Amino acid sequence: MPGLEIIVFGALALIAVAAAVMMITTRNAVHSALFLVVVMASLSVFFLGLWAPFVAMVQVAVYAGAIMVLFLFVIMLLGAERTGARMLRSWQTPLAIGLAVTVVLLGALLLLNTAPIEVADRPTAEIVMGSAEAIGLALYSVWLFPFEAVSVLLLVAMIGAVVMTRDERKNKSA
Amino acid sequence: MSNEGFVTLYPVIIGLSVMLFSLGVIGVLVRRNAIIIFMSVELMLNAANLAFIAFARAFNQIDGQVFVFFVMVVAAAEVAVGLALIVAIFRTKHSINVDDINQLKG
Repeated sequence: MPGLEIIVFGALALIAVAAAVMMITTRNAVHSALFLVVVMASLSVFFLGLWAPFVAMVQVAVYAGAIMVLFLFVIMLLGAERTGARMLRSWQTPLAIGLAVTVVLLGALLLLNTAPIEVADRPTAEIVMGSAEAIGLALYSVWLFPFEAVSVLLLVAMIGAVVMTRDERKNKSA
Repeated sequence: MSNEGFVTLYPVIIGLSVMLFSLGVIGVLVRRNAIIIFMSVELMLNAANLAFIAFARAFNQIDGQVFVFFVMVVAAAEVAVGLALIVAIFRTKHSINVDDINQLKG
């Protein structure tokens, strides 16, 4: 239904822009990183709608799940998150308990209500656009050289990161 | 997304990509915290990824998505090296304010 799609993706676009604005304006670095995670998650939903399910999952796993976690590690390491201690607000604990109970109840409801699945035959139609199969076919045929080059790039980046953060004092004493 | 939905939303998606990119540029120019600048660069890369995926959908070619793959890998490598740099700078200067990193200034 195109009307529903327009509403959902339009709202998602507004959320992404609002989170991006908050990301560049907030003073707390941790909040900034979390707003960027919100942007990435909304972009992942966009990818899902744009026939790119594999890339959407990779975005969540790699970008939001690894790169942003690395950012948060470094923010904590450098102490950039210090904005003063904040106590847990009085309304947050009951809300958390309420949400957890809701999630458990929903899970139980789902388990009790699902009909037994019917295993379908393997589809013999042409390759679906955006599936892992399609990307794999392109990646290992047309884009093989960039694929290999990029793995060398990752290795070099890893070595570079280790070298730059190595403790110099251990070297001088040897 | 259905085809009518995509045709209607196409300006929204490209506009969103442009807006996110501009916000990333503003973040790089305005903020003084090195890590926030870095995150604004990531925002720019994400905006470019969205444009790639949108055009891959428009022309029904997988190459746009493969390129997004490569962009993500390069972003990961760049984040690793860049954050290592920031940590190394922080060790000597004890500040991640880019205005303090001015020793090479003439």
